[in-house]
Parts: sequence; structure tokens; C-alpha cells
Amino acid sequence: MTPDEKEEFDRRRRQRNIVVGLILAGFVVLFYMITIVQMSD
Amino acid sequence: MKTGGGAPETVRPFRIEIDNVTTTAAPIATQLPADWRVFFALTKPKVMRLVVFTALCGLLAAPGAIHPVIGFTAILCIALAAGGAGALNQWWEADIDAKMKRTARRPLPLGKLRREDARDFGMLLSGTSIVIMGLAVNWLSATVLAFSIFFYVVIYTMWLKPNTPQNIVIGGAAGAFPPLIGWIAVTNEITAMPLLLFAIIFMWTPPHFWALALWVKIDYAEAGIPMMPVARGETTTRRQILVYSALLLPLSVLPWWIGGTGAAYGLSAIALSGLFLALSVPVGLRTSVEGDTMRPEKRLFAYSILYLFALFGALVIDRVVFA
Repeated sequence: MTPDEKEEFDRRRRQRNIVVGLILAGFVVLFYMITIVQMSD
Repeated sequence: MKTGGGAPETVRPFRIEIDNVTTTAAPIATQLPADWRVFFALTKPKVMRLVVFTALCGLLAAPGAIHPVIGFTAILCIALAAGGAGALNQWWEADIDAKMKRTARRPLPLGKLRREDARDFGMLLSGTSIVIMGLAVNWLSATVLAFSIFFYVVIYTMWLKPNTPQNIVIGGAAGAFPPLIGWIAVTNEITAMPLLLFAIIFMWTPPHFWALALWVKIDYAEAGIPMMPVARGETTTRRQILVYSALLLPLSVLPWWIGGTGAAYGLSAIALSGLFLALSVPVGLRTSVEGDTMRPEKRLFAYSILYLFALFGALVIDRVVFA
């Protein structure tokens, strides 16, 4: 793997990790809110 | 599973010789992870817009109340399911997509990710959406959601589409599920009104899609898909567009007729469906010539999208504003 390819590899992996992290954080917030709503019913 | 066609460039195997051992393997240098935007494109975002809109209309038009958080979750699940089904559709049809101009720029034909990654992504989205829908909303809507994914991926994509020119008629039901599911998310029961909303989209799909298929029929022919204009000919397709458009008019008014909506929806449905029929008449009665620009067909296709947005928008306005 050339330095350029390695850099591109790392960039894509970093971006994917950020997106997956944001989605997971979104689900944590959503499940928290769903739980609160269901407990209050 | 189908093979070929969508073989990704980035992981194309080549022969490596290491200590006299020859192996076939994907080169490490070209095993770049797919960009996240590629996965997003797999979900067919343009189609999802209409899915989310009609689901939201079903949810808002349904009698009763739903907590905004649960309502948001229901719409999110429907969107995730549509995205998952779209990804599975592209996984299965990668070789067909590569042969058609309209779909050749999709991620799999371009080799932007591995085919099995698209399959796994689609399965993950589909499974996640069903489980969350069941746990957070209700299990009836989750069951219908699961069936809609199965219907689109297995019954339409794998079975009907490559085998019968009626593929769009029956398979179109897959796109008719969102308002039904949105409605059930609120009521937890299936009644006449959501079934009518389902029937309206079911009846709308053939003229909408065949108007498009009339001008991309060469693509379908080359890909071996028995789309109506290819399998039964242009004249039959045009007549059937007219028949479905004529049936759509009374069907779209039926929710008003049975007392499920007010006059605001009913009069909008008459006007919108009347214009739909009026635009279908030139399409249904003409014959294309060599080098035809297909203006009436393109106009009908463009209006058909606006029609669905406007009709369901009228339904919500009727229920929310005039109720």
C-alpha cells in the first residue's frame, strides 16, 4: 500500500467511524426517549 | 444468488506469488473501505422521500393520537426499512443495473463496494427497522413492515420482475405499504381507510411506472426485463395506462364517499385525478414515431409524482385543518 493509498484508507475509515458513532449516539438518545415515553404511559 | 455484473473494481482478485505459492486474493492496496455516502446511495434516497411522505400522511391522517417520539420512531423505521429493501434490491439486481443507462451509475455497477456488503447492509437496516418498530410502536405495524420488505425484495425483485410483464402491477403493492403502516402505527388495527390509501398507490403505480418505461424500454429490453412495453408492446401498455388512470379517479374519491374524509380531500381528489386522467388520454391514444421526444409520457410521469404528493397532502390538510 502506497502512502497515498494508506492515507485514503485511513480517511475513509475515520469518516465511516464518525458516521457510525453519530448514528449510534442518535439511537441511544432515541431509545432513552422511547423508554421515558413508554414509562409515562 | 446471482453473480457477475456488479463485480467491484476495488476488490477485483489478482494472482499473487509468495514463496512459490500462487494464490488468488484481493490485493490489500485496493481493499479500500467504501465511503459512507456509497451506503447512503444504496438506500435510494429519492424513492425514500416519497415513502416517508406517504407514511407520514398515513400517520397524520389516522384517527387517534400518537406521541411525537413514537410517531417519529415509526417514520424512522419505515424509512430504514425502505432503505434496507432498496439496498437488497440493488444487491440482487447489480448485473441488471449495469446494463441499463438509468441505473448504471448506482454504487454496485460502478464497483464502489462489494456486493455482499450491500446485502449485509440491507439485511441490517431491514432487521433493525422491524425490531425497533415492534418494540417501540406496535407489533402489528412491525409485522406489516416485515411483510412489505419481503414483498419488495422476494416477491417483486426476485420473482415477479424478471418473470412477468405484470411485475409492476403486483409488485407496485410494495410501494403502497407506507401509508398503511403509518396508519397502523397510530391505530394498531387495519380498517377500510388505510386499505383505500394502499389501493390508491397500488392503482397509481402502473401508469406512473409505465409512463417512464415507455421511454426507457430499450434499456429494459437489453437487460432482459419483461417490462410491459417490451413484453406486450407499446399499444397495450398505452391502453393499460389509460385504464388504470380511469380506475384511479373513482378510487381516489372513495375515502370521501365512505365518509372517511371531508370535502376538502374529496374535491382535491376529483381535480387531481381528473387532471391525471386528462394527461393519460394523449399517452393512451397516441403511437410514438421514430425519434419521438415522448413529451406526453414525460409530462405524465412528472405529474404522477406531483399527484401523489398533492393527493396525500390534501388528505392530511383535510384531517388536520378541516376535521
